[in-house]
Amino acid sequence: MNKKILSMLAVLVTGAALFTACGGSDETNSSDAKTESPKEATLSPEGYPIAEKQELTYNLGSEPLTIDPQLNSAVDGGQVINNTFEGLVREVGGQVVPGMAESWTISDDGLVYTFKLRNDAIWSDGQPVTANDFVFAWQRAADPKTASEYAYIIESANILNAGAVTKGEMDPSQLGVKAIDDKTFEVTLANPTEYFLKLTGFATFMPVRQDIVDVDGIWAKTPEKAVCNGPFKLESYDLGDQLVLVKNENYWNAENVALDKVICKMIVDTSTAYTAYESGQLDLLEAVPTAEIPKLMVENPEFYILPYIGTYFMVMNLNNEVLQDINVRNALNYAIDRKIITELVGAGQIPATGFVGPGFLDTEGNEFSEVSGDYGIPVQADVVAAQKFLADAGYPGGEGFPELEILYNTSEGHKMIAETLQEMWAENLGINVKLTNQEWAVFQETRNNQTYDSIARHGWIGDYTDPNTMLEIFISGNAQNNGGYSNPAFDEQMALAKTTVGKERMDHLYKAEEIFMADMPVIPIYYYVNTLIATDEIEGWEMNSQGKLWFGDIIMLDFEQ
Amino acid sequence: MSRYIAKRLVSMVITLLIISSLTFSIMHSIPGSPFTKDRALLPEIEAALMEKYGLDDPLWEQYLNYLGDFIQGDLGVSMQKIGVSVNDMINQGLPVSAKVGSIAVIVILALGIPIGMISALKQNSIIDHIVMFIATIGIAVPSFVVGTFIMYIFGEKLRLIPAGGLDGPSSYIGPVIALAGFSLAYVTRLMRSTMLEVLRQDYIRTAKANGLSQLRVIGKHALKNALIPVITYVGPMVASILTGSFVIEKIFALPGIGKYFTESVTNRDYTVIMSITLFYAAIYIFMVLLVDIAYAFIDPRIKLDD
Repeated sequence: MNKKILSMLAVLVTGAALFTACGGSDETNSSDAKTESPKEATLSPEGYPIAEKQELTYNLGSEPLTIDPQLNSAVDGGQVINNTFEGLVREVGGQVVPGMAESWTISDDGLVYTFKLRNDAIWSDGQPVTANDFVFAWQRAADPKTASEYAYIIESANILNAGAVTKGEMDPSQLGVKAIDDKTFEVTLANPTEYFLKLTGFATFMPVRQDIVDVDGIWAKTPEKAVCNGPFKLESYDLGDQLVLVKNENYWNAENVALDKVICKMIVDTSTAYTAYESGQLDLLEAVPTAEIPKLMVENPEFYILPYIGTYFMVMNLNNEVLQDINVRNALNYAIDRKIITELVGAGQIPATGFVGPGFLDTEGNEFSEVSGDYGIPVQADVVAAQKFLADAGYPGGEGFPELEILYNTSEGHKMIAETLQEMWAENLGINVKLTNQEWAVFQETRNNQTYDSIARHGWIGDYTDPNTMLEIFISGNAQNNGGYSNPAFDEQMALAKTTVGKERMDHLYKAEEIFMADMPVIPIYYYVNTLIATDEIEGWEMNSQGKLWFGDIIMLDFEQ
Repeated sequence: MSRYIAKRLVSMVITLLIISSLTFSIMHSIPGSPFTKDRALLPEIEAALMEKYGLDDPLWEQYLNYLGDFIQGDLGVSMQKIGVSVNDMINQGLPVSAKVGSIAVIVILALGIPIGMISALKQNSIIDHIVMFIATIGIAVPSFVVGTFIMYIFGEKLRLIPAGGLDGPSSYIGPVIALAGFSLAYVTRLMRSTMLEVLRQDYIRTAKANGLSQLRVIGKHALKNALIPVITYVGPMVASILTGSFVIEKIFALPGIGKYFTESVTNRDYTVIMSITLFYAAIYIFMVLLVDIAYAFIDPRIKLDD
């Protein structure tokens, strides 16, 4: 009986948390922050009995390619690194809170950041974390010899000389970072960059030790060598099976870390993972079988749909003469029903009527996507307008319209969306498109080289919560700009956004998206969401809008007590 | 005999060389590289990666380098899983695959051969019909269906086996059944049909006419000859079962090596593709050799010294 009331309460609390997350007013979803040490109290901050065994079993999904902060580029590796390492700051609930740095000052021109590292910042082997560790890590990330896939983010952060260093034109020592003394780290930027501070919490910017790392990144997966500075450290690593993290007693805030152990399983198959959850072998998992989602949404209070900053879209190849006509691009955009597509995909995705989705705030704290509006793009098909666009392009009723092609990488999900588009265009515009699928790597080459016929699937997840991370991929010549879009007016706004600050900068980004959407070189389909199952025995979990999980505040509960 | 084996070993090396060069050229001729990523890499970074893994050398040089290392037992490092050597991948994964696989092989032989024999001896009886019905299903239903079904019934509904991993004896049940299913059904059918054929032979009639007991006729004369086609099938089967299965490892979350066969190709993880292919080829060829040697023991008409 007692247990039942408790679990109902938990449902209410978690339900409320879900509500705030879906409302879009909050970037992160978390239960209340912890206020006292769990070890002394028998009840958690939320008033539930604390489990004796503080052990979390989490499904990481596939095996991470690496868990070295500078070499990682994947989500799974990022989840581990986010809990084994700590950058200068940490983003909690959308707010920047001190991490390794206890305080910082910013010069009046916004170019020089001086971070004061906390005195109790020590590595898991007991050595102090110094400013030199940061200098080493950041130079390492930028050095082309390291071959960090995320080297470009150093340039996105606008650190002085980052571009030249990543291109190998300048020595890494020329990067705008230096250690004033052991505990003072100074960064010089090329331009004032408002999202810079947030970015310092990103994996690529986390410190590593020069005496520990090796060229091949072997150290990070070897428990004896993997010296880290986050709340957890690596205890064991079994290829393709699991990795185990244990509490790092040397972490500066270790007394407030309740979990003793986190077992990260590598169960690839979502059905198997879901079965493991149902039989009580998993406490926390992200990917669930798509077919289960509708049922989970209705029946399971442990299931959450959380915002995720990214957009699923179709990119149009502007080298194709037919697609060079804006009327054709508009027709294709107006003729599709995004509501039906998101219902088909069925995991709570949000129909996309722009390119920057929910989760990005402007300087005044407003949702960027709400201020920018929908650019007139209908959520449900506007068939009349679409047909008019097509007629204006010279193909009334779709007559004489050449056959286009949708290219996607082989997957049931992408296939379903492509088929739906095909059907909607046939019905609403009277035009034919054919579907072609290619194996992942082949598809990447085709799309990157722009050798596809007309339309290709694309998706982009932001690296940080600033609209810049979404829009910059369409700057002329950007590696991700796979449709060959190029508009000097757009490039100009993006360049201005790089050199301005505050509202002025945001206005340039608004203007940039407006130009982009008026040119309509893409077909936005939906904004991504994350799914998560967290049993009600986990209190204090947090997943931010970049999909990063934080285990540092988790307390395991035991309703049996 | 030893001369024969020596000759076969030499031809095995030549076969492996041919396989390695074919795999190497096919792998490099398909589009994409290990560094084809969702987010295109900066050209400088891609160049650095190519240099790091020696992919900027001429292809023939890369091939010879690989062979050189291979002969010394160094299978190289994965180009995807940073800091993981292919030797480690095989060392850690093979015991898992081999353990599940050998149990499956034992199950196949221990059940398939006797059941097939009984079915043949009781031809057209109710037992025969039931066995053939189940065996036909076993052949027709793919392993991923069997695996998913077992997982759903015994893992999710009845909670009799754990959902993935290898903890305790009960966790072997699912993967072993799924892995053994097809081959068990096939061996049973094969055993039945060859046994039926052998039983119709003149020498069996002669043996029976000489007053030998049923047991002696079957055990001494029929079984040996009936086993030859079964052994022909079992040899390569052992090679493929011991090296794991991508589908079954995925369903039951087993950290075996089966997944590398598909994963490495999708990822264009060149060193893993090469090593895992050669590894499988070597086991396969070796099993075929064992089968040929076994023939000589079972059937005195077959001579190995040619």
